[in-house]
Amino acid sequence: MKSGSNLERVIMSGRPAVTAELGPPMSADPHEVMKKANILRGFCDAANITDCQTAVVRMSSIAAAVIALREGLEPVMQMTCRDRNRIAMQADLLGAAALGLKNCLCLAGDHQKFSAAGKLKGHPGAKNVYDVDTCQLVGILKKMRDEGLQEGGDKLEAAPKLFVGASWTPMADPIDFRPVNLLKKVNAGADFIQTQGIYDVEGFRSQMEKIRNMGLHERTAILGGIIVPKSAMMLKYMDSSVAGVSVPKSLINRMNKAKEEAGDDKKKAKELQEAEGIKITVELIHQVLETPGVRGVHIQAIEWESAIEKIVKAAGLYPRPDIPEV
Amino acid sequence: MIIGSQKPIEEIWDMVKDFKKVLVFGCNTCVAVCHAGGEKEAETIASLIRMRAAQEGKAMEVNHMGVMRHCEPEYFDPVLDEVRKYDLVLSTACGVGVNFLSERIGNVPVYPGINTSFYGAVEAPGRFVELCAGCGNCILHLTGGICPVARCSKTLMNGPCGGTNKGKCEVSQEIDCAWYLIVERMKKLGTLDRLSEVLPARNWSTSRDGGPRRVSLEHIREYEEREEKKVEQAGGKKQ
Repeated sequence: MKSGSNLERVIMSGRPAVTAELGPPMSADPHEVMKKANILRGFCDAANITDCQTAVVRMSSIAAAVIALREGLEPVMQMTCRDRNRIAMQADLLGAAALGLKNCLCLAGDHQKFSAAGKLKGHPGAKNVYDVDTCQLVGILKKMRDEGLQEGGDKLEAAPKLFVGASWTPMADPIDFRPVNLLKKVNAGADFIQTQGIYDVEGFRSQMEKIRNMGLHERTAILGGIIVPKSAMMLKYMDSSVAGVSVPKSLINRMNKAKEEAGDDKKKAKELQEAEGIKITVELIHQVLETPGVRGVHIQAIEWESAIEKIVKAAGLYPRPDIPEV
Repeated sequence: MIIGSQKPIEEIWDMVKDFKKVLVFGCNTCVAVCHAGGEKEAETIASLIRMRAAQEGKAMEVNHMGVMRHCEPEYFDPVLDEVRKYDLVLSTACGVGVNFLSERIGNVPVYPGINTSFYGAVEAPGRFVELCAGCGNCILHLTGGICPVARCSKTLMNGPCGGTNKGKCEVSQEIDCAWYLIVERMKKLGTLDRLSEVLPARNWSTSRDGGPRRVSLEHIREYEEREEKKVEQAGGKKQ
């Protein structure tokens, strides 16, 4: 075992792993994290704690991850390359491990421009760091854990035992480079991969075929990303505006139909679309898990954590395996 | 070359309004090519300041002048005595010129009359694009001649992030994804396989790091010092 985390144990057991996502609040109040942790606990093997997603200042991933851990939910701390140089990164990784965190997902991070959206002013004038990129951060983490060495070569008295993850967008362009992108993350040392949300299962399967031919599915645990759709509008937005995500017309039509069935009743329209969204999610989970080389799913119910219980149960993924530490 | 862009006249006015005798001092190399700070632009800025001074009822003498380059003493040395007669020099050279002149002019303040934007090229007449970040450690041979340090919004060294959308950067549809361009270029060159190698964390000490960077050519320094010594021994002054 590299980290002994619950996520690692489930993956090693060969059973499909389930991860979820918990977005920390724009607040110093721990109760929001505690509340979400209690909603997710028992329905996933670990939950990603996002690191200032969309570059919006929120409770730090490490702090929120520790709060979640105290509530009995295993966290996957996230670390972006946007906000820290390698000194701050390594210091935070040592601190995170000392506080009991066992999983870390490495990301480039959304550009600071995204922080100013909707009603938020954000910090679009912030200076980004990008001292290292995702591949390099994965490599730094692996070197710290496996060799007990800092990036610069200095020795660590105790190495941080973290299960190292990275993200992968299988279907963004340049599409024929995306498998190479994954190869580099795996070569750098990624133990697990969480993909961008998949709606176009055929497109994903064709990328996975290339991944299998490269043997990457055996060198890392690929968890297919599922973003729970809440409404027809959300699906249309994701299709048109989110990089690497294309949504088949048939799914948008299904959501539209659910909306139309409610007529003018807005509350009912919301309920019907949410119910259809959960149905679609469960189907996607099955299709992704049936794809050879996939070892689990990463389910993101953005600001809708309460949906996870229903989804995981309906997908036949409940109860989650209880694999004791050796 | 160095690309500059004009500052808003309001900002310039705020800088100059309390001075009596102002020289707008143009530089006729890089910033003249990009129509930001050559002698012609210095002349325009000077007349804008004069108009503003007249509107505000301020007595102010504003002149303009230009030399070929503000980054080598031999170009501005001949006019230095003239320049020193002013209360303020508003330099429309790049930031290099402002610093360099400041160090040599004595007790006259030198203020920036333009913004120094980047190192770039003339993409089309009147359109300039940044292509190099001057990081001090060139890797263009590894990236198909397209620089990820200058042209990727996240300075990524190992391929695109997940934000590439139809060849454009997640930051804006106006920005090409540098890694998309790199991949397409290397495909054409038949060198795409070279991108499989993971580039390790970079040594950024050659980039903006600590104190000004210097390049010293020893053979030229040695020759110059020898020549100076010869002249000294002959009891003369080097021309």
